[in-house]
Amino acid sequence: MIKAVMVINTQGKPRLAKFYDFLTVDKQQELIRSVFGVLCSRAENVSNFMEADSIFGPDSRLVYKHYATLYFVFVFDTCENELAVLDLIQVFVETLDKCFRNVCELDIVFNYSKLHTILDEIVFGGQVLETSSAEIMKAVEEISKLEASSNSITLVPKTVSGWRNR
Amino acid sequence: MEQLKTIGRELAMGSQGGFGQSKEFLDLVKSIGEARSKAEEDRIVLSEIETLKRRIVEPDIPRRKMKEYIIRLVYVEMLGHDASFGYIHAVKMTHNDNLLLKRTGYLAVTLFLNEDHDLIILIVNTIQKDLKSDNYLIVCAALNVVCKLINEETIPAVLPQVVELLGHSKEAVRKKAIMALHRFYQKSPSSVSHLVSNFRKRLCDNDPGVMGATLCPLFDLITIDVNSYKDLVVSFVSILKQIAERRLPKSYDYHQMPAPFIQIKLLKILALLGSGDKQASEHMYTVVGDIFRKCDSSSNIGNAVLYECISCVSAIYPNAKLLEAAADVIARFLKSDSHNLKYMGIDALGRLIKLSPEVAEQHQLAVIDCLEDPDDTLKRKTFELLYKMTKSSNVEVIVDRMIDYMININDNHYKTEIASRCVELAEQFAPSNHWFIQTMNRVFEHAGDLVKSKVAHNLMRLIAEGFGEEDDTADSQLRSSAVESYLRIIGEPKLPSLFLQVICWVLGEYGTADGKFSASYVTGKLCDVADAYSNDEIVKSYAVTALMKLFVFEIAAGRKVDILPECQSLIEELSASHSTDLQQRVYELQAIIGLDAHAVECILPSDASCEDIEIDKNLSFLNDYVQQSLEKGAQPYIPESERSGMLDISNFQAKISMKLQLMVLVPEPSYHREVQQAATVPSSSDTGSSEVKLRLDGVQKKWGRPTYSSSAASTSNSSSQNTVYEVTPVDGSSNVNSKAREASYDLKKTQVEISPEKQKLAASLFGGTSKSERRASSTGHKVPKGSSHVLKSTAGSTTDVLVEKTTPVQPPPDLLDLGEPTIKDGPSSVDPFKQLEELLDPTQLGSSANPGIVGSTSAPDIMQLYSDKPASGQSGGFMYPSSSNRSDDNLVSGLANATTDSAHNITAAAHPSQFSKGPNLKDSLEKDALVRQMGVTPSSQNPNLFKDLLG
Repeated sequence: MIKAVMVINTQGKPRLAKFYDFLTVDKQQELIRSVFGVLCSRAENVSNFMEADSIFGPDSRLVYKHYATLYFVFVFDTCENELAVLDLIQVFVETLDKCFRNVCELDIVFNYSKLHTILDEIVFGGQVLETSSAEIMKAVEEISKLEASSNSITLVPKTVSGWRNR
Repeated sequence: MEQLKTIGRELAMGSQGGFGQSKEFLDLVKSIGEARSKAEEDRIVLSEIETLKRRIVEPDIPRRKMKEYIIRLVYVEMLGHDASFGYIHAVKMTHNDNLLLKRTGYLAVTLFLNEDHDLIILIVNTIQKDLKSDNYLIVCAALNVVCKLINEETIPAVLPQVVELLGHSKEAVRKKAIMALHRFYQKSPSSVSHLVSNFRKRLCDNDPGVMGATLCPLFDLITIDVNSYKDLVVSFVSILKQIAERRLPKSYDYHQMPAPFIQIKLLKILALLGSGDKQASEHMYTVVGDIFRKCDSSSNIGNAVLYECISCVSAIYPNAKLLEAAADVIARFLKSDSHNLKYMGIDALGRLIKLSPEVAEQHQLAVIDCLEDPDDTLKRKTFELLYKMTKSSNVEVIVDRMIDYMININDNHYKTEIASRCVELAEQFAPSNHWFIQTMNRVFEHAGDLVKSKVAHNLMRLIAEGFGEEDDTADSQLRSSAVESYLRIIGEPKLPSLFLQVICWVLGEYGTADGKFSASYVTGKLCDVADAYSNDEIVKSYAVTALMKLFVFEIAAGRKVDILPECQSLIEELSASHSTDLQQRVYELQAIIGLDAHAVECILPSDASCEDIEIDKNLSFLNDYVQQSLEKGAQPYIPESERSGMLDISNFQAKISMKLQLMVLVPEPSYHREVQQAATVPSSSDTGSSEVKLRLDGVQKKWGRPTYSSSAASTSNSSSQNTVYEVTPVDGSSNVNSKAREASYDLKKTQVEISPEKQKLAASLFGGTSKSERRASSTGHKVPKGSSHVLKSTAGSTTDVLVEKTTPVQPPPDLLDLGEPTIKDGPSSVDPFKQLEELLDPTQLGSSANPGIVGSTSAPDIMQLYSDKPASGQSGGFMYPSSSNRSDDNLVSGLANATTDSAHNITAAAHPSQFSKGPNLKDSLEKDALVRQMGVTPSSQNPNLFKDLLG
């Protein structure tokens, strides 16, 4: 099972943090910090794998990939295969790239919800759901289309406060 | 430049407006990005929170704006700040009919809330409604939330809908419904146990994606209960076959591989199903072999599948052909330049090594390279492999390596792990006690605070019990070498507490035993320790007890006790210590050094820490005295059962204080045992001696008034109790031994099965043509060479080979004939272990040069050593029942009132720790069995010497 997916930039700022088991905000921050601490201490040209027992508990492993200014990190247990997870990161990034045409850090910052939509299509409840970036793109586009159309259909603005006053 | 590029993008996006982020959000992100310090960032985020708090409650916020606020909330929380004020708004948003807002709301709640949050109740209704929606995207969004936010209590509310969705027309929905059901199963197996058959059904889904999703829950189910799914083996194999033959639609290809992720999952499942099942495994051989052949080893994902094949092959019933294919792949992995592949190769090697040990043989150099690699992950993996490969013949090299590595790491978690592994290996495979002690010293020195105290006690016991039966000289040599090394080490700054405890104990027990060091020298050192570690009360207690023993031994030997001034001042200082335990020890010390030689010899006999102590549970030696007292008009003793009311309470108090006394006030249970061992007294004899009078003083209080007690009395009292209540269950130890024998017998049988194979390997290493022999030996010795740090020299290889040939510590005698002359190289063979040699005396040196002898003698010795261990462990465990029995007799009511309160606390705290002894005993039993297995079958030890290192 996949325990967490993180995207952290090279300055240690989290750009995406998704934990498949609930953790408190403080704990999440602590984990992100310690993961970043380990990542930046790793040299170039070493393996993309790490044992993460000390951070995430027994039998945890971590696979990361460094793209430009971002680290993509997947944390998982012994039920996954490291090389395969490495390819999963590849799928994720490829999809982002297709989605944003040459993805960069800012796309990720500003399209937080879209990022989550994509990730949710790949990993669902901690299990790998889909690994074909074409399929993922199809699903994501369908969602955006529907979101856009639902926006234009509903002419009367239904705001939260309006709902509240009822 | 990066910055400029991104600014360009920002502008482009701003004009695009495609994602509807406002300038505000943009500014926020930018200012956070530019923040110089964490404090500045916090300030920015806090002001953002204030803004959001204000804005979010404004009436009639446009939809798009509201969405952005929620996203900003999520962003703020991701940065580690509390956004809980906005949770309710996110929840409200999920109720919205607009898909955009609903999805945003769902996203926010999955990130904000946990399954037990109070607000979930407000969402469940919406989820139920959305699961029934006509729009499958809404259904998918709801399923996503279901996975994250439904807990055991709310599962029934959504379960019917989710089950219904398993038959939805859209495969995307079916997939997610399966995943949701799987999640329910993980959270509460009982609530969906009747639905498990659905997973089997969905395995036959028309859509390969759905089938692939079904593998996740099935994998979990099969992990838990293999036997119920054996019937699926054929199905899984046929699915895998179809995939491998590219019968799936092209859209499932990934990097030219047909559905590799599904292949991996299937291989994992097959590995589970085929484990130890010959019949099931036979179904799999063909398809796994096919995949081995077809897999593209140039892509990353191809290698992932190959790795999974190796895992599968090494898990199922072995097949020679597949093992060969696996070995080929491993060779490719290890030769690769990619660290990732090397890592996988090492890992795969670790899996395969159990089945075909000779595989490692081919890759020794690659393994050594990985050990030298700067990549920490790879290094650790390699140590894991070495750990799996350790045998009694290569243990020295491997543990040596591990310790070297351990010294240089900062990560305490891993350091603890590797330290405990070193200890474990050393305990299991130690070629000699001497080596064991040296190794333990190093581990303690560098990771003493991280190892368990049990390890320290094992070490002490080893030194005390030594080689066992006949060989008394060897024992005393061992001890003097230990004493010598400790006296050298003791001066070093900042030693770990546990290590100091061992040192103090050994110095106390054996510091002056061989007469090499004078008592005043050793006591001086001990005083230095107590001074230097004045914050560590346990170390000080150990030091004081050690001092006491040294003085007693002096007295017993008829020498005049020469108390150094610093020692005197230490005693004075500690007699006013805040620690009652320390105080008591010092008073005991003072009381005991005033006694005559005969008495002290009874209290603290030399080198008797491992001797059994007989206990007179009925205190029959007191009968005369009791009789006298009764005649003088003392109250008779009323047994607990005959007492009532008020008396019960005081008895309870007495019980507590009694336990307290026996605990000797130290939280560590094993530590307490040490004291008891030290204070050995042959009970019931010596009725007339002064020492017994002292005891009687103590006993008197039991019948006296509660207030009647003096410090002197309490000292002697406690010391007598310490000695009296130790029980050594003789039956217990013999039971343990026989059990262990049984276990080892079983293990032995399995060992015999493989030993011909091993012998074959050894023969192939040494028995071939001269050329191959040379190759084998030069590679075979790379490890010892590396460890002695001469690896760099590639020139002069002929001499190298000569040295290498003799480097192994214990070449089997029958194979020696094939090698170069060896006798001359005796010294060089010991060379890498110079530290070891330092403390070896001539006879032991000789024996290490004649490895055959060491091999045959040391094995039973170690056995002996460990077989004794559980017995004494047991005696520690048995103490407690006996102590509570004793307290029934209301022995120390005199002390009871004074210490009741604190006693209560301490016993409460101390008891659980005492009971934790149980598992330890089991551990040591298991270990004992293992050690026996290693030692009992000498045939397994010698012939496979070189292979052992890497085979």
